[in-house]
Amino acid sequence: MSDSTILLRGGRVLDPASGTDAVLDVLVRDGRVEAVGEQLAADDAEVVDCAGRWVTPGFVDLHTHLREPGFEDAEDVASGSAAGAAGGYTALCPMANTDPVCDAAAVAESVWRRGNEVGLADVFPVGAITKGLRGEQLAEFGELHDSAARVDFFSDDGKPVADSLVMRRALQYASAFDVVICNHSEDPDLTAGAQMNEGEASSVLGLPGWPHEAEEIMIARDLILAAGVGARLHVPHVSTAGAVELIRAAKARGVRVTAEVTPHHLSLQDHLIRSYDPVLKVNPPLRTEADVQALRTALADGTIDCVATDHAPHAPELKDQEWEHAPCGMLGLETAFAVVHTELVATGLMDPLTAIARFTTGPAGVRDVGAHGGALTPGADANLAVLDPAQRWTVDGRALRSKARNTPFHGAELVGRPVHTLLRGRFTLRDGKVQA
Amino acid sequence: MRPLRDLISIEDLDPSQVLAVLDTAEQLLPIADRRRNSVPTLRGKVVCNLFLEDSTRTRISFDLAAKRLSAEVINFSAKGSSVSKGESFKDTALTLDAMGVDCVVVRSGSSGAPLQLSRYLEVPILNAGDGWHQHPTQALLDVFTMRRHLGELAGRHVVVVGDVLHSRVARSEVQALKLLGARVTLVSPPTLLPPSVASWGVEVAGELDAVLPDADVVYLLRVQRERMHRAFFPTSREYARVWGVDERRLALLPEHAIVMHPGPMNRGVEITADVADSDRAVIVEQVTNGIAVRMACLYLLLSGDADATEGSA
Repeated sequence: MSDSTILLRGGRVLDPASGTDAVLDVLVRDGRVEAVGEQLAADDAEVVDCAGRWVTPGFVDLHTHLREPGFEDAEDVASGSAAGAAGGYTALCPMANTDPVCDAAAVAESVWRRGNEVGLADVFPVGAITKGLRGEQLAEFGELHDSAARVDFFSDDGKPVADSLVMRRALQYASAFDVVICNHSEDPDLTAGAQMNEGEASSVLGLPGWPHEAEEIMIARDLILAAGVGARLHVPHVSTAGAVELIRAAKARGVRVTAEVTPHHLSLQDHLIRSYDPVLKVNPPLRTEADVQALRTALADGTIDCVATDHAPHAPELKDQEWEHAPCGMLGLETAFAVVHTELVATGLMDPLTAIARFTTGPAGVRDVGAHGGALTPGADANLAVLDPAQRWTVDGRALRSKARNTPFHGAELVGRPVHTLLRGRFTLRDGKVQA
Repeated sequence: MRPLRDLISIEDLDPSQVLAVLDTAEQLLPIADRRRNSVPTLRGKVVCNLFLEDSTRTRISFDLAAKRLSAEVINFSAKGSSVSKGESFKDTALTLDAMGVDCVVVRSGSSGAPLQLSRYLEVPILNAGDGWHQHPTQALLDVFTMRRHLGELAGRHVVVVGDVLHSRVARSEVQALKLLGARVTLVSPPTLLPPSVASWGVEVAGELDAVLPDADVVYLLRVQRERMHRAFFPTSREYARVWGVDERRLALLPEHAIVMHPGPMNRGVEITADVADSDRAVIVEQVTNGIAVRMACLYLLLSGDADATEGSA
């Protein structure tokens, strides 16, 4: 295989697991990192000039919708993996809200296998907490965990486990396998009919409001329950300043909690909805400037462990609706790094090593994603991304690899972009082109 | 005056545009008022009434307005979302475009639908009410009615009472009144006040009795009875007692003050029958004025600013 020996020469190696931030060469042989050092030589290697670029572990996305099985008109494992490769990702965790729901080993294994066949990213399915996402009967965590897909992360994404008793049992039961429970943070009574963040903008636009309390009440409840039974809780797509405070306080008193934030909640605000463009409709909704600032600070200081995309493709006919009828969700995989780099790194809020940590060691610390997320030590699988932090590009929704087009960043100028992605030493993205 | 391209939100208008609508409506009022009469102003134009939410009154008012100006009217109704028939909203828009209509009057239960439609269509879009968002012609006919009774509205005090949260009328009304320099006070159960209402630049009062002696207009919003079951307020009886206008409260108003309501009224809830039928109430007049104002809007959207009562077929 021509890719078998590759010398990534002269890049700025950012490896959060080892704390490395230095200009070095990385030698990859037979799918593994052979050496990281200065002036490495290998006569048989293909040399890839990485001057001015960042060489990092491949990214891990804890929160992706690949829509297969059931909604392949919006995305499938192949197109979603291609989008992931284009975004610098080598590991993707597709959510359970497929049709059928990923509440049984057979579904998890079929998604996992499909990921292997496509070969553009390793796919680690998320299991449902409850059968059919109905919030009533627990899914068979044991069977899912023992399956070939080795599911150790459970979420009824998009639907909260509203019943406190069911949630408590889920956390208790999960501790038998030391798996992670991730609950969609939304009190459904407070958000009945809600269409956007409740506030100044919703009041003018006449859209039913989604109060921040709805998110915070559910997080507060879950933190109390998780602390009570000593289970591991992951809070998805944190969107409010109040939620950040709850998580910060819980971590300080030793609750086993981790949290994620999306690129869009770090960069977009509710007043943009003046256009009523359903591409901006997302759950949880875009919040206010104060929330955005709090999320940025929390990501920088580690209160929020990682960036997760909540990549949510939708077929165009579903988004070409009145706002009220359009489904929630936006694309994320191909723009995640660029958005975070543009908004947080280029503006000086985060140093590059910390930013890369939030895409690699951060998510890899939440659940087991095998040899993804670092460290770049000899013998490790060569799951890598090479990023150009200086590349200015204008997002063209039509040019994205996803089947869907619902990116809120269409037309935006961003700085920074993945150039190459390697999965076990094989290019999945090369010079910006996905290697299908 | 900046020409009117669409009429989607009062927020998009400047005071000169509001005054142009009111002055044009004044010219057209005799025609609106006259039965079986019309002017040939919009002959040859096709106006589409796209009603995606049930509304008899507003649709008939627009229908009459277009016909008095000799436009052809086609009615397109679909309950709920256009997608209930398997067609996306965008497809509906493209269909109308293909039919070659000259103007779309759109009513929708979804806030923002008219603005979304305007991105798909080149022809003028006239918002006939969208969700909780806006009902600009209602606001224009209301300020038209107020002006006929009170003269210039600058410095006048309008008290808006009731369910502001769910009211597209209230949102439009407040903006139109502020454009014309009026003072607005909202009186509402706190559960029915929008969040961050302070940003609207209005006063909020807790007690109706306290603000009535200083009011030039009391504008009562319709209370939807189903709100009661969702714990916005306990009972319609309690609502009537605290926020309804009856004879006693009518007597608190200055002599010249008027009582308005966008209709249809819940007699015995926000307004008692004797107040609704009193000579202080101008509710029936609002309906006639509505036709004139909608004629003015259609006219300004479809044919420049020549004299509206002249034919230009």
